Amino acid sequence: MLAMLQARQLACLRGERRLFRQLDLTVHMGELWRIVGANGMGKTSLLRQLCGLRHLDAGDLFWQGQALAHERDAFHAGLLYLGHAPALNELLSPLENLHFACRAAGDEVSRSACEAALARMGLSRPMHLPCKLLSQGQRRRVGLARLLLASGRPLWVLDEPFTALDAAAVADLAALLDAHCGAGGAVIFTSHQDVIFQTSLKLLNVEDFAS
Amino acid sequence: MKSFFAVLHRDLLLAWRSRADLLIALAFFVIVASLFPFGVGAEPNQLRAIGPGVVWVAALLASLLALPRMFSQDHDSGVLEQLLLSPEPAVLWVAAKIAAHWLATGLPLVLISPLLGLMYGLDGASLAVLAASLALGTPILSLVGAIGAALTLGLRGAGSLLALLVLPLFVPVLVFGAGAVDAASAGMGVSAQFSLLGAGVLGAVALVPWACVAALRLACE
Repeated sequence: MLAMLQARQLACLRGERRLFRQLDLTVHMGELWRIVGANGMGKTSLLRQLCGLRHLDAGDLFWQGQALAHERDAFHAGLLYLGHAPALNELLSPLENLHFACRAAGDEVSRSACEAALARMGLSRPMHLPCKLLSQGQRRRVGLARLLLASGRPLWVLDEPFTALDAAAVADLAALLDAHCGAGGAVIFTSHQDVIFQTSLKLLNVEDFAS
Repeated sequence: MKSFFAVLHRDLLLAWRSRADLLIALAFFVIVASLFPFGVGAEPNQLRAIGPGVVWVAALLASLLALPRMFSQDHDSGVLEQLLLSPEPAVLWVAAKIAAHWLATGLPLVLISPLLGLMYGLDGASLAVLAASLALGTPILSLVGAIGAALTLGLRGAGSLLALLVLPLFVPVLVFGAGAVDAASAGMGVSAQFSLLGAGVLGAVALVPWACVAALRLACE
């Protein structure tokens, strides 16, 4: 089976310090990967390298068998990355933020589809308020609402998606990731809390590759 | 082009929501230009002679005021990262950001400049040339300033560094812009200055978005 995303012999330097080296990772469709490691060991750096946001200090990335450097646009069309910051503007409402995020990413998503996604995330009421009035957990949910509109993107890379969510929202998100993997997608995420999934979880500990 | 219009629409909406910031830059423009008569005296011929230069320098400084904000908010909130991950060409949305920035900060300067020119006793033809030269020149300021804003993104003291970086680059724009108004007041043709400013706009439009994208990618590493 062709790998969706393959990383070969990755290395990451931060300043003079080497975070990890000779890291191999092969992600197939239907797989759910959790990246673990203590704070400051390079989990976020690894995710950013996998997305093409951070340069590779060594190694290669392949998207569906092709070198990623030549396939950047196809790769970005198939990728959804949600970083540590929820990528919201404080002066815009959740609806405006979500609609903009989808359109800027090149997805043709209607306003009503965005409204429905926000309603499913439990944000019917603050949908039209400026984001500066929202709590941390609510902001997180606005960011995560993009997942509901990204079924066309097979690879999801999520940095700490469970942070600041309440128990019900954690269970909902876990179910969403399960459904995505069940539909032939793949998910790579980092988390410091243990969450129960239906899909069998694959683990990668960045500390194993620390030098 | 989806990302171009998405970014243009959003940035103009944001400019409208934070219009107090824009009014501050505009008030700064008016106040700086109004200070000179107090310093150099109210002799009409002298004011008429320095008017074009003063209005142009004030416009340069006012446009500098809004530059650091062009990318910094989106950088801090993670929106820039998301834009860099868009499968659409990055130059499109960078061009949209610069266009929105000019519409929100440059265009008001152009529109209000005849009022300031009037204060310096410029005649009707000179006022028109002043506004037209600013209309051609301020897009260059936004474009060149965008490179500076992208290069200083995330640095300490980005605002003052940005000023040091881009102000020398604004000199040719100032020379041709103020020069056009001087020529008009002296009854000479202005086509040479306008042609050079126009060439500057076209050159900057062709080159700046690419340079900005490279700088923004570096800033987001």
